[in-house]
Amino acid sequence: MSDTALALRAIDKRFGATTALVHASLAVRRGTLHAVLGENGAGKTTLMRIAFGMLHPDAGSVEIDGAEVSFSSSADAIRHGLGMVHQHFTLVPAMTAAENIALGGHGLFRSGDVAAQVRSLVERTGLAVAPDARVSTLGVGAQQRVEILKALARHARTLILDEPTAVLTPRESEELFGWLRRFVAEGGTVVLVTHKLQEALSVADEVTVLRAGTQVLTAPAAGLDVHALVRAVTGEERTRPLLRTRLATRGPCVARLVDVSARDARGVVRLQPVTIECFAGEIIGIAGVEGSGVHELVRLLAGRLAPTSGSVMLPTTIGFVPEDRLRDAVIETFSLTENLALRDAATRGGRMPWPALEEHTGMVMRAHNVRAPSPATPVGALSGGNQQKFVLGRELEARPALVVAENPVRGLDILATEHVLRELGDAADAGSAVVLYSGDLDELLPMADRMFVMFAGALREVPVNRSAVASAMVGAMVGAS
Amino acid sequence: MRRPDARWGISAATVLVIVLAVMALLLAGGHDIRGSLAAMWNGAFGSTYAVLSATLVRATPLLFVGLAVGLAFRAGVLNIGAEGQLLAGATMAMTIGLLVGGLPRILALPLVLIAGAMAGAAWAGVAAWLKQRFGVLEVISTLMLNFVATYMISWAVRGPLQEPTHVYPQTVELSGAVRLPMLIAGQRLHLGFVLALALALALWWFLTRTAAGFRVRAVGASVDAARSAGGIDAARTAALAFIASGALAGLGGASEVTGVTFALYEGISPGYGYSAIAVALLARLHPLAIIGTALLFGALEAGAAAMQRDANVPSVIAVVVEALVVLGVLALDRARSRRMS
Repeated sequence: MSDTALALRAIDKRFGATTALVHASLAVRRGTLHAVLGENGAGKTTLMRIAFGMLHPDAGSVEIDGAEVSFSSSADAIRHGLGMVHQHFTLVPAMTAAENIALGGHGLFRSGDVAAQVRSLVERTGLAVAPDARVSTLGVGAQQRVEILKALARHARTLILDEPTAVLTPRESEELFGWLRRFVAEGGTVVLVTHKLQEALSVADEVTVLRAGTQVLTAPAAGLDVHALVRAVTGEERTRPLLRTRLATRGPCVARLVDVSARDARGVVRLQPVTIECFAGEIIGIAGVEGSGVHELVRLLAGRLAPTSGSVMLPTTIGFVPEDRLRDAVIETFSLTENLALRDAATRGGRMPWPALEEHTGMVMRAHNVRAPSPATPVGALSGGNQQKFVLGRELEARPALVVAENPVRGLDILATEHVLRELGDAADAGSAVVLYSGDLDELLPMADRMFVMFAGALREVPVNRSAVASAMVGAMVGAS
Repeated sequence: MRRPDARWGISAATVLVIVLAVMALLLAGGHDIRGSLAAMWNGAFGSTYAVLSATLVRATPLLFVGLAVGLAFRAGVLNIGAEGQLLAGATMAMTIGLLVGGLPRILALPLVLIAGAMAGAAWAGVAAWLKQRFGVLEVISTLMLNFVATYMISWAVRGPLQEPTHVYPQTVELSGAVRLPMLIAGQRLHLGFVLALALALALWWFLTRTAAGFRVRAVGASVDAARSAGGIDAARTAALAFIASGALAGLGGASEVTGVTFALYEGISPGYGYSAIAVALLARLHPLAIIGTALLFGALEAGAAAMQRDANVPSVIAVVVEALVVLGVLALDRARSRRMS
């Protein structure tokens, strides 16, 4: 048997006029954890979809254990011992964990047998999941474990994980990596697709960097540092460090929540009475794990959620950058102009001034460096980074007194991330109060003037230590005192 | 990425499929294809009478309900109850028409048409309310309300609205004051056709040019984005579009009794409300394109009727074709979006 568990050789792939991959190669040795890095649009996900049989390469070959294969579907890939955990989970929310794991099996379905199988799988792998729990009631981390178990139940020896930590808390990420390391130590193989460079360096054995659809670097992680990776990923030297100079004097209070509590969509109380004030010119960083109430707090501040009790004072203009861009911020099939018009759609009367709106859209595109052929281009045709730059431009353009950004750089590449964070900093400098929620403390700390942590519905202010992620802060996020 | 021409290509391909399907059905039924198609063509376009008294007369109710379905679908409301809303409109128009038949036309006719529209709106309003209050899916409620409307007419024409001799299950005829004027002497084409054309233009203008129309499109495209990014009251917008959709269908019913049948009886609609779904889908919910597809289906139905008369081919062939269109558009659309993603 070959030493290489999975190899993709000289893969070409085009989508219409877009070239996704040009002679892209990747060789993953058995028993290693291999990180695949690259900006959005570099071709990471496309390459993985080809490896998993979801896409056909235009040229090049796929090899499993040294033998060339040709997959016509992901079922073929699964038969060859591959398993993939997608960034957006492919679980049926209304079904139990065990039922989800059994999906795609053959023959009779006996719920008792399946639950027993899952229980033994859980025991063997150490991935804690309650077989009878409905997936919709599970947290993100647990859903991810169900996905991994699903792959393992089909005897996957090579696991492909696409941005697995994008939705995890720091502790959940640590647990996942700990488990992946054990899986690799026992002879399994892991391909980790990520855009977090530090993460790749600390956990991977080998690293491959893709840029513009081509492999530009493959090396053992041990010999690399972050600077070398940034150079490889972006193809340029980064000079400007993203450190916001500390706020000297803050302006008047523009938003205030006093003893506010709230329920989520299912009516569960998510916020204990919470009090917070936002002042003009400052950036407030908010951290918190899924289910801590941070989501409800952010939506309250954005004026998108009504409180169940307490008093809320908000400015008339609020810019809101929601976490799920394609669901809450833009309509994919609508043009940029129409999406710009969306912002004032509720209050507008009479006729739509389309020519003026189109001109306005062009202005926003130029001012915020949104790359698109024209204002008439549908938003769905833009890259994620450009979509986010457009949303940010739309929301900041009215110079709102309060800007609320919810995980604004999630899934963005380095350049787009920098752009978005810089714009938020500029908005604060120009006098807006900025509330920045992120699941990534590394992202928050260089930006925030004040930091709050949500845990179990309670809000706590913590000191800002810009030099390092204070362990106290991580502790606060997971409820340690 | 998005190529609108490809989407229209699907519609064009579907029209071609219609022609082929008709031929295949004729062949399967052992009919003389040339003779049948000639009869169909003559019935739809063969003479001034065919166009002005068959095709366009058939196209008129299809245009009303096609616009109704188009508007609802654009708002993300799956109103498949245009049939029931049309029947409710026809019933109310008839009832009011019998009451105000003695008034001058300038007064009576608008009253009757408005009554029809309001009844259609109310019929849709029931489903809109059920959705808002209890979360009942409109696909189910509107479909069920179609049956309620059908049997309501059966009851009405044997009960309160039956003609005085109590022999026939139908109403008496409307007086001249509450009949829509004919457009051309000697032809059956009536003012309802012009009204429907004007409404198609108005709906197009509303959806593309007004803020309220933009809200309807936004809610139809994405409830979440309309709410979160636009602050739009999505439930209210969708409910209003739903009710307006019912009004359009109800007006279609009023136009039928005041322009074509002049009386109410069972089977006053041969399923216009269902054909409307094919009309709207084939037009990709575009109000101006709905004019074209309504004319196409009007011709198809007129032609099928003539084919039955002259070539002895069952006219249900038109229904089969309409069903094929719905399936074809949906399947091709889905196949296309799968290829694109």
